[in-house]
Amino acid sequence: MLLSEVGYARPATLEQALGVLGENLGARALAGGQTLINVMKARAAAPDALVDLNGIPQLKGIELGSDGTLEVGPMTTYTELIASSEARARPILAEVCAQIADVQVRNRGTIGGNICSSDPTNHLPPVMVAIGAQMTIVGSNGERTVPADEFFLGVYMTAVGPGELLTKITIPPGRSDGFASVPIGVDGTCIVNAAASANGELRVALGCVGAVPELVRPASAEPEAVREAVRSAGIDPPGDVHASADYRRHLAEVVAARAVEQASKRARE
Amino acid sequence: MEGNGAHRAVETSRTISVEVNGTTYEREVESRRLLVHLIRDDLDLTGTHVGCDTGNCGACSVIFDGTLVKSCMLLAVQADGASIETVEGLAEEEQLNGLQQAFNDHHALQCGYCTPGMLMSATALLRHSPTPSNEEITRAIQGNICRCTGYWNIVKAIKAASGQEVDE
Repeated sequence: MLLSEVGYARPATLEQALGVLGENLGARALAGGQTLINVMKARAAAPDALVDLNGIPQLKGIELGSDGTLEVGPMTTYTELIASSEARARPILAEVCAQIADVQVRNRGTIGGNICSSDPTNHLPPVMVAIGAQMTIVGSNGERTVPADEFFLGVYMTAVGPGELLTKITIPPGRSDGFASVPIGVDGTCIVNAAASANGELRVALGCVGAVPELVRPASAEPEAVREAVRSAGIDPPGDVHASADYRRHLAEVVAARAVEQASKRARE
Repeated sequence: MEGNGAHRAVETSRTISVEVNGTTYEREVESRRLLVHLIRDDLDLTGTHVGCDTGNCGACSVIFDGTLVKSCMLLAVQADGASIETVEGLAEEEQLNGLQQAFNDHHALQCGYCTPGMLMSATALLRHSPTPSNEEITRAIQGNICRCTGYWNIVKAIKAASGQEVDE
């Protein structure tokens, strides 16, 4: 398919990328392109220019701190994260990345792309919210850090503004996490998903039920307490060809309870 | 290219140099051109197919700098300096390679449209995992859709190509 005419730049450093993005407010960052290129084919997005981040080594890689904190470069691909020995410090990350699409998409798609596209059906936004990740954003006004539960602003919208880039994802230590979903086919798009974290407080983030992940804090890890917390969150999920709103509301309780069960099991190990 | 300032400029076309199956090509391409169209239309390597054009079917799969990708979801300009393998690179001097012969022997294709992508996915798999299990094979071809075979003969062919016993 022929895309609409678009400019292309391939900066070699973060500073150059920010420069090009700052000078071209109609430009968009191109990460793995596994969403954006298709969105452009469908004419649902028509950026003036693409700023390809694939030539910037400082946006790649995973570092494990001595306290167990992980720093993930947003241009790290799913495949790289799955293979990373450092990322095993927070096992849920590789487990969820291995459920995304297929080999080809995982080879090219990136952690930062999944997060920044903020598609409500994506896997990583609820995971980031549940585990309390911190997002480092850099722009012409310098650097700031935004917690994941304030990062997602709407469908396809995040705290990363025009001329800015997500440069680092900081993940606190912890192993007692869970994830559950009902996808369209194995490893397909999620109809509903939920991520849970039981490291200290119990946090559950529901995906696919609203514009951004819905954070709920069940009173206990008992399945009925989790389901009650989801019910009282007052979610208003969309209905479509795959699931009615009522069915999604039901599934949200089911996957939340399953994610918490997995997280609690890990907490006991 | 890098170091002379060209990497900063926003361009609607550029001249790229790309190696495909061991041959280096230089072409001027528009920034909007998809990699699959560079391969098929500019380089006339029409073994790589366009199926769905939405990143779902995998018929356009190629190996890009050692990793399997769908060439309808990359821009041609992103291939500047890259080394690409397509289905045309598999046969050795007009002789089908072992994997291709196994597809033939095990009736792993009917219409053949998905076959180039299947072969590239299987090639990538066998490099990482020389004797894959059925589970590994099915996961490896998860991104490749076949509407004819029901997949089982493809799994058998890949298994046979890896030198393992196959139940017929």
